[in-house]
Amino acid sequence: MESGPPPLFNQGVSARARLGIFAILAIMLLLVDARLRALDAVRQGLEVVLYPVERTLLWPRDAARQFGDYLSSIASLTHENDALRRAVLDFAQKAMVAEQRAAENAQLRRLLDVRPPPGTRVVAVQVLYESRDRFSQKVVIDRGGRAGVAAGSPVVDDAGVVGQVTRVYPLTAEVTLLTDKEQSIPVLVPRNGLRAVAFGGVEPDTLDLRFMAANADLKDADLVVTSGLDGVYPPGLPVAKIERVERDVKDQFAHVVMRPVAAVHSNTVVLVLTVDDAGRPPAPEPAPERSERDARKAGRR
Amino acid sequence: MSRLSEWLGQRPAPAPLVSRGPETVDLSGARLWRPEALLRPVKPAFIWFTLFAALVLDLFPWGRSVPAPDFLALVLVFWNVHQPRRVGMTTAFVFGLLIDVHDGALFGQHALAYTLLSYGAITLHRRIRWFPVLTQTPYVLPLLLVAQLASLAVRIGVGGPFPGWSYFLQSVVGAVLWPVASWCLLLPQRRPIRRDATRPL
Repeated sequence: MESGPPPLFNQGVSARARLGIFAILAIMLLLVDARLRALDAVRQGLEVVLYPVERTLLWPRDAARQFGDYLSSIASLTHENDALRRAVLDFAQKAMVAEQRAAENAQLRRLLDVRPPPGTRVVAVQVLYESRDRFSQKVVIDRGGRAGVAAGSPVVDDAGVVGQVTRVYPLTAEVTLLTDKEQSIPVLVPRNGLRAVAFGGVEPDTLDLRFMAANADLKDADLVVTSGLDGVYPPGLPVAKIERVERDVKDQFAHVVMRPVAAVHSNTVVLVLTVDDAGRPPAPEPAPERSERDARKAGRR
Repeated sequence: MSRLSEWLGQRPAPAPLVSRGPETVDLSGARLWRPEALLRPVKPAFIWFTLFAALVLDLFPWGRSVPAPDFLALVLVFWNVHQPRRVGMTTAFVFGLLIDVHDGALFGQHALAYTLLSYGAITLHRRIRWFPVLTQTPYVLPLLLVAQLASLAVRIGVGGPFPGWSYFLQSVVGAVLWPVASWCLLLPQRRPIRRDATRPL
């Protein structure tokens, strides 16, 4: 039981008052964080404190994984080796072709006197863990602001786009996956040049193309790539394949469900692209908004 | 300790208490009191150690496939029920903020949830402690569910998606673990008192 009698008279602030105070404090924090994003400094400070603990906790998991790998049989390894050797041959040939094309392309560009495409810098990072937050689809990677990862950078794997860096801490960063419901990416269908915006799907592990006209020229198994119009994603990265297109007579828009090309949920190593936008013309200034009150004031004068 | 329980066990059954006319109401069979183990005072260091251990367990990379319980919520409920004067809403609030940072959730989401949890636990603490551990579980489950509902309300309030019914599995697993957690966390207080040859009891 308790050591010592409970205080009879001085009970402090009552439980209900304390609940009120803390609830109001929490709601204020929520509003400040959701609307103003003003608490990022506090968050970064706390994250730096938590970082060593988080890193240490990854040890047992990684050790278990390594032990599992060690036990995998020789047969599967030789099999994998063969497949890899074949893939290397394939890639070598492709690399040769690519080199040739790059040289040719550079020459053509010089001929046309076009600006070079915006340079991209690549940082290879490791996925540390999936965030436990059930409301969003995020992973945490092991490089942060100190390694040059910036918020907004696209994240890709060998097959296509995985997601986008949405929050940067000094030593880690959070990546929102493409399949998150609030994540969007401007895309293009290379077959016919149709532009669209893809959003995280309502069904798990899918993407939706929203606001596509019911008669839009979209077919099953169409590849969808980034359009590069936003200046965030470099153009031409594969994003997803169309799984099915539902055209309902009642509905104004087609319902397009796509599967991401990249292994969005099973990657352990991904690349963060830093797009150098020095060569890009500055974005147009948004038109100054005149609020209604200002308009009224001007009218009175 | 054993002598104490012997003494408790040998206590004579209470005599018939109420007599009304010819027939007598025999209350000796009713459980008017129940032997309650005398516990040693808790060490504050142990409370903080368990809270931080639970935080570490929560930080463990469980992934999304395992319905890992919220260990911190469970330990907070335990100390709120057993030591409401030492671990209160302030502690719950601060630990909630730490979890918010780790999860990348909204700042204040878990702080709000844990504050509500703590308030519920402190309000019910006298009632919960009266029951044996297994009967306490149905009291703990709604507490954990309310905390999760608060989290859910916050996220849906800012336009988040509904994560599916399996989201609530976390609370169910937590409630199932309650007897285990309760037993473990009371262990240091159950240690037998050192025998003293010069003292008879």
